Amino acid sequence: MPEKFDAIVVGAGVAGLAAAYKMAQGGLSVVVIERGDYPGAKNVMGGVLYRSMMEELIPEFWKEAPLERPVVEQRFWFMDTDSVVSTGYKGQEWAREPYNCFTVFRGQFDQWFARKCTEAGAVIINETVVEECLLENGRVVGVRTNRPEGELYANVVVLADGVNSLLGKQLGFHQEWKPQQVALAVMEELKLPSEVIEDRFNLDPGMGTTIEIFGGGTLGLVGTSFIYTNKEHISIGVGALLSQIRQARVKPYDLLENLKKHPAVRPFIRNAEPVEYYAHLIPEGGYNAIPKLVGNGVLVVGDAAQLVNGIHREGSNLAMTSGRLAAEAVLRAHQIGEFDARSLSQYEEDLRNSFVIDDLKKYKDSSHLFENNTRYFNEYLPATNMALHEMLTVDGTSKKDKQKLIMQRLLRDSSLYSVGKDLYHAWKAMK
Amino acid sequence: MHMIVCVKQVPDTTEVRIDPVTNTLDRSSAPAIINPYDSHAVEEAVRIKEMHGGKVTVISMGPPNAIEVIKRCIALGADEGYLLSDRAFAGSDTLATSYILSQGIATISRREPVDLILCGKQAIDGDTAQVGPGIARRLGIPQLTYVNHVAGIDPARKEIKVHRKLDDAYEVVVAKLPCLLTVEKEINELSYSSLPNMLRAVRFEPKILTVADLQADLSMMGLKGSPTSVSKIFAPPQRSGGEICSVEQLVEKLLELHSNEKC
Repeated sequence: MPEKFDAIVVGAGVAGLAAAYKMAQGGLSVVVIERGDYPGAKNVMGGVLYRSMMEELIPEFWKEAPLERPVVEQRFWFMDTDSVVSTGYKGQEWAREPYNCFTVFRGQFDQWFARKCTEAGAVIINETVVEECLLENGRVVGVRTNRPEGELYANVVVLADGVNSLLGKQLGFHQEWKPQQVALAVMEELKLPSEVIEDRFNLDPGMGTTIEIFGGGTLGLVGTSFIYTNKEHISIGVGALLSQIRQARVKPYDLLENLKKHPAVRPFIRNAEPVEYYAHLIPEGGYNAIPKLVGNGVLVVGDAAQLVNGIHREGSNLAMTSGRLAAEAVLRAHQIGEFDARSLSQYEEDLRNSFVIDDLKKYKDSSHLFENNTRYFNEYLPATNMALHEMLTVDGTSKKDKQKLIMQRLLRDSSLYSVGKDLYHAWKAMK
Repeated sequence: MHMIVCVKQVPDTTEVRIDPVTNTLDRSSAPAIINPYDSHAVEEAVRIKEMHGGKVTVISMGPPNAIEVIKRCIALGADEGYLLSDRAFAGSDTLATSYILSQGIATISRREPVDLILCGKQAIDGDTAQVGPGIARRLGIPQLTYVNHVAGIDPARKEIKVHRKLDDAYEVVVAKLPCLLTVEKEINELSYSSLPNMLRAVRFEPKILTVADLQADLSMMGLKGSPTSVSKIFAPPQRSGGEICSVEQLVEKLLELHSNEKC
């Protein structure tokens, strides 16, 4: 007779682990099934972990979790071929407890988080693939894994099976993702001594910075790049919508090589030794792509539910919050002993009332807009560079004439009306 | 049939690095795994159990984190696990290790007599292949090394027939039980652990045996009981790259070598 648990969690990423931790803490018997050799083995993340959502699960986790650097500065770059317009914010309050966010290595962080789940009473099974959900009378009653005697039963199955979520697809919760709903991100870890990192990024010892880069790095594709500082590594990566990569026939690693050669990036990574290369899909369908979240005996969380804010590069925090809210709904369902979609629907309601769906809703049209209108990435980002270049290059031309020149060049290919319209649409999509 | 399998936790040598300055193994660079030969020994014991009934007990000596290796064996189908762990064991060479393990096995078999002991042919970190035979010698039982096939077991006559791998052949040997086998990898293919065994492994707590649990002579274990001293460890010199040349060039070179040899 296969064992029965209160809950099965598929996938030991932060969404699954958050759900498992909360449910185990609430006294439920929980098993987490992970396909990688260990939790974190398969995960790819640029590396920013937000404090607030993690703290809702484990207060003051930063005192014991393996973290890289607290982020004290966030820079934003608007990049052209060989120039960059930059802005950003650096604040000392981010350098103190309780901090804002940290850079992390998921390979280490997830293992730690998994240990916390085990301590709370959850059972974690690695190296095991869940092949399908077991259905009885229209409700999910368990899972079948790829192992001999591989069936397990539970009152509830939490699908935290990541961006592709084949299980969600099997249940008909979503279709195959379209290439414009997922981004392909590639990144590298580059090794450098910590003092060198601190010197180059103008940091106090132990502190970190992030640089988010728009334009340039993605060769005109809709996507962004990033540079994050870890203790003794720099994470550098670039991601673009799969549809665009396919259309432009560029290779993802060429995007990364191109970024690494950019004159604004090059000095940061000089003499750094590449130690790891990663690539992964990121769900970027946003609000419009959110699949069905709740069914009879089943909930969907994290990447599997497309909960990624592509504009702000947030994902792990949405994942954790969704995992926690799912767990809370399961705990309530456990109290009344009913696990149908109606009893579990509190999860969806809570998620809609949280920042998670609010944020995704706010940007629901943005990636669509930037994808369909190439002028944003191909014209306006270079235009900001051109404008500042003109204004700041001292060559005897009067500032008034410079302004005139900038406007002329800006409006060379498009009318004031169309530029105004584009700006209005961008504002509407981002407001 | 009660079988005891000796297993060792080793650094994954495919990932281990040698510190170029101190010439020692940088153990932190590689994850700890079960010695691959030992997992085949566990698999073989589980297969014998499936055929003849009985019980598979694994035993390991090492620091507390070696528990993971024993759990791995439970996932492979072992029933019971013991970890010999004590500061007094630290620094043991193969002589002392075989002594401690034989004492551990003797302790277990006082309660449950053992019919067969299995070991991997050697560990991939030291490559000595000494501990298995050392255990057999100390327990005074026959040893069958480099076994690549168990041809049959006759529990009534207390006999086992195995194939031993030789350089260019194999020999068929029959021995009386209890005896000790050290096994080659080709003895079996590891089966994919069942989900119930995976679950049992995660929850499994091995019994810890310390010096106090053994009737053992302290002077024969740890550094005191280890006559081996390591004078030097070094990475083998990097092989320099060969030369790629055409057939014509190759013929020329060979002729040149040939004429050189003549003079």
